[in-house]
Amino acid sequence: MELIYSRTKTIQEDKVSGFCPGCMHSTVIKLIGEVLEEMDLVEKAACVLGIGCCGLHMDYIAYDNTTAPHGRACAVATGMKRTNPDSLVFTYQGDGDFASIGLAESMSAANRGENITVIFINNGIYGMTGGQMAPTTLIGMKASTAPKGRIAEEHGYPMHMCEILNQLTAPAYLVRTSCNTPANVIKTKNAIKKAFQNQLDGKGFSMVEIVTSCPTNWGLDPLDSLKFIEEKMLPEFPLGVIRDK
Amino acid sequence: MARVLMKGCEAIAEAAVRAGCRFFAGYPITPQNEIPEYFSRRLPEVGGTFVQGESEVASVNMVYGAASAGTRSMTSSSSPGIALKSEGISYCAAARIPMVYANISRGGPGVGAIQPAQQDYFQATKASGNGGFEMMVLAPATVQEAVDLTYAAFDYADRDRNPVLILADGVIGTMMEPVELPEMKSDEEVAAIKESKKSWACIGHKLDYANRAWIQPGHWLTDEMQKANEDAEEMYKSWEKDIMVEEYMVEDAEAVIAAYGISGRIGKSVVDILRKEGKKVGLIRPITVHPFPYKSFDKIDYSKCKGILDVEMSIPAQFVKDVEVAVKGRCPIDTCLCSGGNIMSREAVIEAVNKIIEK
Repeated sequence: MELIYSRTKTIQEDKVSGFCPGCMHSTVIKLIGEVLEEMDLVEKAACVLGIGCCGLHMDYIAYDNTTAPHGRACAVATGMKRTNPDSLVFTYQGDGDFASIGLAESMSAANRGENITVIFINNGIYGMTGGQMAPTTLIGMKASTAPKGRIAEEHGYPMHMCEILNQLTAPAYLVRTSCNTPANVIKTKNAIKKAFQNQLDGKGFSMVEIVTSCPTNWGLDPLDSLKFIEEKMLPEFPLGVIRDK
Repeated sequence: MARVLMKGCEAIAEAAVRAGCRFFAGYPITPQNEIPEYFSRRLPEVGGTFVQGESEVASVNMVYGAASAGTRSMTSSSSPGIALKSEGISYCAAARIPMVYANISRGGPGVGAIQPAQQDYFQATKASGNGGFEMMVLAPATVQEAVDLTYAAFDYADRDRNPVLILADGVIGTMMEPVELPEMKSDEEVAAIKESKKSWACIGHKLDYANRAWIQPGHWLTDEMQKANEDAEEMYKSWEKDIMVEEYMVEDAEAVIAAYGISGRIGKSVVDILRKEGKKVGLIRPITVHPFPYKSFDKIDYSKCKGILDVEMSIPAQFVKDVEVAVKGRCPIDTCLCSGGNIMSREAVIEAVNKIIEK
């Protein structure tokens, strides 16, 4: 019989994921691993993990990784890539990491056109610390630090990182995808592949923003979380290629 | 080797390049701007990389990244900027990443004053970031010493896989003096240093669960975190052998000046002046302020010594706390202090020493 699918070797076989049921971190990290294998890049991979649930991968992935201080992944990746241009350097960051505490590092790395890849997980909430408000939290969406929900007059509006970075001249590729349907999972995988290829081609800064769920902190079961993505998240964060040069 | 006239900041940068530093990231702040400026011209000449970071925070993290990938790397700043770097320094210490940074310190606290000061002693030697890690802290008193210590700092950092701090002040950083520069490491030597870090550097490895590079600035398991701190403590204890100190005319001294950095240099000139007058004055000047040369104070003859004079450009006095530990109450300790960017006056030190001798 022909083998048509097997688990990516880039996730350690003896490790059990600590992610919550319905969490899409495990989906995305699987896609990254598959892309690394398909593009024969595992031996070049240097991953910079953010702080928060995104950092949980450190124990599961089988390729090189560093954990950056909260928000600083793009700065750490800058130092790595500049001194080792042959490595495939990518960051893996959540919305609190990339778009709040790390805003300066994220924007500045994009503005310099650093030849790195950013995988940005947008689930509209802080996961590991227990559901606090993120820069991407939707208006009206409850968070443990916004018990009445996000109020525009008090908290401002959700930040659209792809569109914000699109104001800069240097970035090569800005795309927003999701993992809420099988078709979108495939699109996400293709986007990661393209972002890595851009780095190999020396095109500069690429970012894949992936709209995902956080069933635990959203207070929804995994299936209802998919519905929430479709009905609430995607109208606020429309999918598609924002920049491709 | 020929002597050249160089400004302290530029001499530190050149010494780093000669030691094989090939990555520098920094952010402007007075009085250390000549360090990043020099690196921005010099590093491209030797195949290195300079990045002006968007902040001190970003700069130290760029260094964390470059050093995690095996390159000898450096950053610098001055007091308020060093405070911002403390996050990244703590990560480097936790992850055992070798890097070098320089504090060309100025007045504080807060934005303080742009003029020279020694207000960062506790921060430099006791708590340079969260988590109770330690570093070797080297305090030059001349531009030549700044050069030699910077050159050596990279070897200490690599030997221990730990950050090393050059604690200079605005006088050392901005003053010009003739210096002899150390030998320039060849491209082959620089490449060999990088190659020697390949096993742990985050650059990509063969798919192998056990031998991937895993830079860990912390641990999930409490026992692993404790083990990491125990290993680090072993390293800190091993620094006893690395202590550097200038002991000057201490044995018969009736008064001993204790001072580091530029205050130590001023103190030494006071010793020379007063010895000419027949007054028995000595000096203990720690060059490594961490590890601190406590044992040097055992060389004082306390049956003759009437007092120690702690001289530092900090109010309140900070360095004096280590002097107290070293002296163990065997004689009184006076202080001669200035702050705010004022430079220590030799006359004030002479007056304070005379007061001790005349007791």
